[in-house]
Amino acid sequence: MELCGLTVHELKDKLKKREISAADILDSCLQRTHQVEEQVKAFITITEETARETARVLDEKGEYPGLAGIVCGLKDNLCTRGVRTTCASRMLEDFVPGYDATVVKKLKAQQAVILGKLNMDEFAMGSSTEYSSFYPTRNPWDLKRVPGGSSGGAAAAVAAGQVIYALGTDTGGSVRQPAAFCGVVGMKPTYGRVSRSGVVGFASSLDQVGTITRDVTDCALVLNQIAGYDHMDSTSANLEVLDYTSSLVPEIKGFKVGVLQEYFQEGIHPGVKETIKRALLKMEEMGAIVEEISLPHIKYALPTYYIIAPAEASSNLARFDGVRYGLRDLEADNVEEMYINSRSLGFGPEVKRRIMLGTYVLSAGYFDAYYLKALKVRRLIKNDFDRAFEKYDVLVTPTVPTAAFKLQEHARDEDLLAMYRSDIATVPANMAGLPAISVPGGFVDEMPVGLQIIGKAFAEDTILRVAYAFEQHTDYTARKPSLGVK
Amino acid sequence: MVLPNYEAVIGLEVHVELKTQSKIFCSCSTAFGAEPNTQVCPVCAGMPGALPVLNRQVVEFAIKTGLALNCEIAGMSKYDRKNYFYPDLPKAYQVSQYDQPICRTGYLEIEAEEGKKRIGINRVHIEEDAGKLIHQGAITTSSYSLVDLNRSGVPLLEIVSEPDLRTPREACLYLEKLRSVLLFLGVSDCKMEEGSLRCDANISIRPRGETRLGTKAEIKNMNSFRSLERALEYELTRQMEVLEDGEEVVQETRTWDEGQQATFSMRSKEEADDYRYFPDPDLVPVVVDQEWVQRVRESLPELPDAARQRLMEQYELPAYDAGVLTMTRDTLDFFDECIRHYDDAKVVSNWIMGEMSRLLNQHNLEISASQVSPSALVRMLRLIDEGTISGKMAKTVFEEMFTTGKEPDVIVKEKGMTQISDESALEPLVVQVLEANPEVVEDYRGGKTKALGFLVGQVMKATRGQANPKLVNQILKRHLDKS
Ligand SMILES: [Zn+2]
Repeated sequence: MELCGLTVHELKDKLKKREISAADILDSCLQRTHQVEEQVKAFITITEETARETARVLDEKGEYPGLAGIVCGLKDNLCTRGVRTTCASRMLEDFVPGYDATVVKKLKAQQAVILGKLNMDEFAMGSSTEYSSFYPTRNPWDLKRVPGGSSGGAAAAVAAGQVIYALGTDTGGSVRQPAAFCGVVGMKPTYGRVSRSGVVGFASSLDQVGTITRDVTDCALVLNQIAGYDHMDSTSANLEVLDYTSSLVPEIKGFKVGVLQEYFQEGIHPGVKETIKRALLKMEEMGAIVEEISLPHIKYALPTYYIIAPAEASSNLARFDGVRYGLRDLEADNVEEMYINSRSLGFGPEVKRRIMLGTYVLSAGYFDAYYLKALKVRRLIKNDFDRAFEKYDVLVTPTVPTAAFKLQEHARDEDLLAMYRSDIATVPANMAGLPAISVPGGFVDEMPVGLQIIGKAFAEDTILRVAYAFEQHTDYTARKPSLGVK
Repeated sequence: MVLPNYEAVIGLEVHVELKTQSKIFCSCSTAFGAEPNTQVCPVCAGMPGALPVLNRQVVEFAIKTGLALNCEIAGMSKYDRKNYFYPDLPKAYQVSQYDQPICRTGYLEIEAEEGKKRIGINRVHIEEDAGKLIHQGAITTSSYSLVDLNRSGVPLLEIVSEPDLRTPREACLYLEKLRSVLLFLGVSDCKMEEGSLRCDANISIRPRGETRLGTKAEIKNMNSFRSLERALEYELTRQMEVLEDGEEVVQETRTWDEGQQATFSMRSKEEADDYRYFPDPDLVPVVVDQEWVQRVRESLPELPDAARQRLMEQYELPAYDAGVLTMTRDTLDFFDECIRHYDDAKVVSNWIMGEMSRLLNQHNLEISASQVSPSALVRMLRLIDEGTISGKMAKTVFEEMFTTGKEPDVIVKEKGMTQISDESALEPLVVQVLEANPEVVEDYRGGKTKALGFLVGQVMKATRGQANPKLVNQILKRHLDKS
C-alpha cells in the first residue's frame, strides 16, 4: 500500500519507527494528487511549497509528535493566513486573510503538513459540491457521481488518497453527508466543542468544524487536536476535553441504541434501508440493545432548518458588499449600484436563493410566523432528543437516505427539494447542537452507505466508542475507491 | 420660546460613546483622534470568520447608567443584529439590543422653569458604533468617499427619553443634566464636538388642552446644545405654520442645517428601513444577576443632584452656584479640592464661575485641562487675604497663572506686584497729593466727601495701583480731619 492510502495512526507508527519521513508522505500524496486531481477536482488551491517546507523542517528535527508530518487538507471556508480563502465563491476569489482560523492555528502548532484548500459548495450552501463557483468535485468511487457536500472536496480528497485527513464544516450535514457518499468517516462535534473563530460564517448557530478521516481512530486523533475552548469564540464551550483515543474500545455490550424510525419510511432507497438494517443486526450481535424509537417533532427539522439557516446566512453574508474586500464592481456610478452589481456578480444561484429566503423570513410581518416559530420548533426538537437520551446511549439513522447521486441529477430548480432532502437525517443534530458521526455502514451497488450515530451533547466519546466498535466488527473502511466511471 | 396656542411634545434619543479602554467586541483601542484605520482588527473591520467577544465593562457601564437614571435593570443582556447596508458599517449589521434593553423605565429630574420636573427614561440599551465616512468635498458632489473604521465597534449607550419635554429649553436642560450624570459616573467623555455625545429629537405639537399626540418629526444632526435649542425652536415654528395653513405635519426625518439655521426633510416614513432585527447567534446573552447590580449600586459615585444639595446645605451656596459647580464632575472636584484648604466657599465659587470660567470659555478648554490647580487658586486667595495683592491685581495674577501655569507668588514677585501696605512708605505720597490739590482739600472740608475718592485715586496712580487702598484711605482721612 502506498503511504497516501494509509491512516494517520499507521503513518504515525512508521514515522516513529523512522521507516519513513514526512517528505515521503508528502511525496506520496502529491504524486497521487498529480494522478487523480484532473478527474476528482478536490482542490481549489494547492500549497505545495509551504507543505514541502513544513515537511523539510520536521525531517531535519526528526521528531513527529501529534499530527506532525501528516498531510491534510482544509475546506476553503477555513481562513488561512496568507493563503486565499475563497469559500468557492467569485466573491472571495482573490481574498487572502491576514489571520488563521483557530483550528488552523492548532494544526499549524502541531506542524501538520497542509497541502491546500478544498472545494465546496459556495459558502457551504449545497449538498453536492456542484454549487462551487469554480468546478464540481467528483466522487472517487464513481466519477459520474457527486461526492456530496458541502465539504465535497474534503471527503473526495481523503477518499482518493490526496490527503490523509481533512477538516470541513457541518451546518446541516456538510461533513457527514459527503463522508457517507465517499465511504469515509465524518464527525460533527457538539456545537461549541470546536472553535468557529476564523470559519467563514454560514449559519452561526448551526456551524461546526468537523473531521473527515479514513477510520474512527484517526477521527479521535484529529478531534483531540482541534477540540477545546477558545476565548475568541463566545459560543465555544469552556469544558474539559477528554483524550478521545481512550474511548476507542471495540466493545458495546449492553449499550442502548435507539433507531430513529422516521428515516426508514418514505424517501429512503431500499438498498440503503437494507444496508442499515444489516448494520443494526451487527450491533445486536455485538451485544447492543437495539430498539426502534420515534421523535414527534423531528419531521419538522428540515423545514425549520430552511428558515433558520438562511435567516442567519442572509445577515452573515451581508458583509460581502464590495467595500473593504472581495469582488467589487468598479463601473458602478454610486454606492447603491456598487452593492447590487458586486453581489449580483459575486454570488451564485444557490447563495442568492438562500439570502432571499433568509431576508424574507426576517422581514417585518413575517418574522413571527417564520423565524420565531422556527426557534420554538427547534426547542421542541431539542427536547425530543433530551428525552430520548434519558433512555438511549446513542441514536442511529442512515446518514443519507440514498447513496451518492449523479452529477446534474438535481440540477433543475424543481429537483432542488430532492437535493435539500439529502440532509434530512443529518440536520436534526445541528438543530439540537449534538455530536454525530457517519461511519461506512456498507455498500449499495458498490457505492458506500453511511451509518449515522448521534450522541448526547459533549458525549463525543460515546459515539466514537460505538463507531469504533462497529468499525472493528466490519471491514467497510478497508475498501478503497476505484477512481473510475461506473 | 412659547407658542400661545400650541404645546410642544419632545423626546430625545441620546447616543453616548462609553469610555472603555477597548471596543465592545475586540481589543482595539477606543482613543479619539488617531490616524484613520489604525485602531482596527478583523473583528471590527467585519472580516470573514472574525467573531465578537463582549467586553463586560460595557455591561457594567450600562448598569451604572441605568441605576443613576432610576431604571429597572434586566436580568439578561441579550444582543440583536440590526441589518442594513452602509459603507461605514463593516458587517452590514449593527449589534444592538432590540426587544430586551438592559435598562427600562427610569427618570431624570431637571430644574425646569416651574420647578423640579421628572423626565421619564423609556430605555437604555447597548450597541456598537459604526465607522466614519470622509467625503471628498461635499456629500452631494463628492466623487468618492473614504472609510475610517477607528470608531467601528466603539461601545455606545442609547438613552431614550419619554416624550415628557415641553419646550426646547427643557430639552436643553434635560440634555445638560444627562450629560452631567454621565460625567459624574465616569462612563463617557460626553464631547459633542468629538461625537461622543449625539442627540436626535422627536418633536410634535398639539393645540393646548389636546391630549392626543400630533404627528412627529425626527430631527437629526444637532451638534451642540445651542443647535439643539435652535433646531427645536425652528421646528416648532415650522410645524405651527403648517397647521395654521390648514395642512398636516408629515411624519419624516429632518436634518438640522447649521449654516442655514433650518431643518430639511431627509426621508419620509414610507421609505423607512426594515432592519430585520434578530438575536445575534454569534453572541451569548450575559446574565446580569442581582449580586452584580448590587455591587454596581454600591460603587456608584455621588451624583449631581446629591452634590448640588450638599453644596447648598454644607456651604450655604446659592442654588445657582451649586448648579454651575455640579455641571461636570471635574468642576465639582476642583471646587471640593479648593474648599479642603480654604474656608470661604462663596469666594471660591465666585472665582470658578467668574474668571476661571471666562478664561476656559475664551480658550475653549475644559477645567481638567486648566493650568491652574486648586492649590494655586487657594494660594492666590490667601495673598488677597494677607493684603499682599488687591482683588483687582488678583485678576491679572490669575490670568497669568492660567496662561503660564506659574504659582501666584512667583508671578507677584516677577511683576513686582506686591501691594504697598507700609504706612511709612505711603505717608509722604499722601502729603504730596494733598499739597498738589488744595482746592479738592477745600471741597472735602466744605462737606463734599466724594472728593476723598479722587484723592485716593491720585495716590493709587502715584503707586501704579500697588498701594493698599484701605490704608491710603485711612492715612488721607487722618490728614484731612487733623486740622
Ligand atoms: Zn478591533
